[in-house]
Amino acid sequence: MPVSLKNEAAIVGIGMTEFSKASGVSELSLAAQCVVAACDDAGLQTSEIDGLVSYTLDSSDEIEVARAVGAGDLSFFSKVNYGGGAAVGTIAQAAMAVATGQASNVVCYRAMNGRSGKRMGQGISGDIITSDLVHWSWYMTYGMLIPGSWIAIIANKYMHRYGVTREDLGRVAISQRNHALRNPRAWGYGKALTMEQYLASEPIAFPLCLYDFCQETDGGVAILVTSAERARDLRCKPAVIRGVTQAATGGQEQMTSFYRDELESLPEMEMAARRVYAQAGLGPEDIDAACLYDAFTSEVIMQLESFGFCDRGEGKELVREGALDIGGRLPNNTHGGLISEAYVHGMNNIAEGVRLIRGDSTGQPDKNVEHVLVSSGVGVPTGAIILGKD
Amino acid sequence: MDATRIKPPLGPDNRWWWDMANENKLGIQRCTDCNTLRHPPRPMCGECRSLEWDAVEASGHGTICSYTVLTHPRFPGYDYPLIIVLVDLAEGTRLTSQLVDCTPEEVDFNLPVVMTIQQDADGFKLPVFQLSERA
Repeated sequence: MPVSLKNEAAIVGIGMTEFSKASGVSELSLAAQCVVAACDDAGLQTSEIDGLVSYTLDSSDEIEVARAVGAGDLSFFSKVNYGGGAAVGTIAQAAMAVATGQASNVVCYRAMNGRSGKRMGQGISGDIITSDLVHWSWYMTYGMLIPGSWIAIIANKYMHRYGVTREDLGRVAISQRNHALRNPRAWGYGKALTMEQYLASEPIAFPLCLYDFCQETDGGVAILVTSAERARDLRCKPAVIRGVTQAATGGQEQMTSFYRDELESLPEMEMAARRVYAQAGLGPEDIDAACLYDAFTSEVIMQLESFGFCDRGEGKELVREGALDIGGRLPNNTHGGLISEAYVHGMNNIAEGVRLIRGDSTGQPDKNVEHVLVSSGVGVPTGAIILGKD
Repeated sequence: MDATRIKPPLGPDNRWWWDMANENKLGIQRCTDCNTLRHPPRPMCGECRSLEWDAVEASGHGTICSYTVLTHPRFPGYDYPLIIVLVDLAEGTRLTSQLVDCTPEEVDFNLPVVMTIQQDADGFKLPVFQLSERA
């Protein structure tokens, strides 16, 4: 029995639908399409799928997807909570299942009509009383309905303490848009963004404006996980899971961890960093590229500190040096990310991590990419994964 | 009738807080075993695991720990630009609320604020804050 997940499992297939603002099909259709695409990518029959993992927010249950794609008998199925915080968590579940023999070929998927269907931040209320609805009611009663309103409270405090400017946030948005200019799948493809445009964009939740927000997207992404041994017999170069973890810490709330002594850091992301580095036997100096969760620009800068790429308060310096750009120290979200490719709740960032290991990203850096770090949602129970070459 | 703000679902863990607001009071939950104050309310004390608690009435005085100004989208039932404040209460707990009688240009970190009760057109009452110098 393995005592660690290091090098036990690998991502061998990634699949995605077109990303759009109006898919014209059901979320189940998107889910089925991306799951089949991930199997095609790996050269695996859908009948060989014996495990499925998704998000609690996903409307397509595992058995519905299994029927739609003609999967085999399922010995493992699971859903992970907390919105985008689930992203890497789905892979952690799959890796554990594969490493312990619970399943052989597990597909993780997230498919959503995030623009044409149910959009984020529409508010919830009603007669049903759960601890989750009571939690949201402390904020929604006062008008904090959109994710930007929750993140802005943390972003404003962080920027105030460390002198992070609107231009710094703009540098993140523009860096990722520049990556998207090379990626035909991306919403930002062919749409250059200047600092002037960025600074003139519509205020939404001070200090956050339009271009600090991720896209609202219709689309699906699936990730196929199997054992590292089996991976070598499949079509694509495997992205081996060096380490993967979920993380939630003291004082954790979903999006509103406002009651900790310090608000200008991300304790759950620091926990994810400690655990994933320890499991992989690696440190920040070993990470060649990253896909740091980017529902909002401010989150990227804070995570540079959480994952030890710089000290507290110095994330802005890395951004100003161009570290996130294609020729920089840490090319980040080289597909455009959630901000400029698509918002598929972080699953598309994991897919990009796989491409960077394979060496076939549209934003592939010139240097050798041995290890890629990908994180899950910010401000929620989250997680991180390090992918490496076989 | 005009659209109104989203109302909280009321259960055993939070109804008392809104009942106090309806009596023009800002409540803070207190563990009656170890006297720890806590917000948002929860059924168990995270410090000593006690299920016993009561509520104290806050002084209403605090300072702005952080804030945001919401301008888009504009949901019915709320006043825009909507200034949201995270307030450090004098008693040591923290809560999110609205800052009223203030422009977006005037709000800032560390400003002293004081609670006041706002009553909506439909009669719903909620604790909001105003700048202390203006109270």
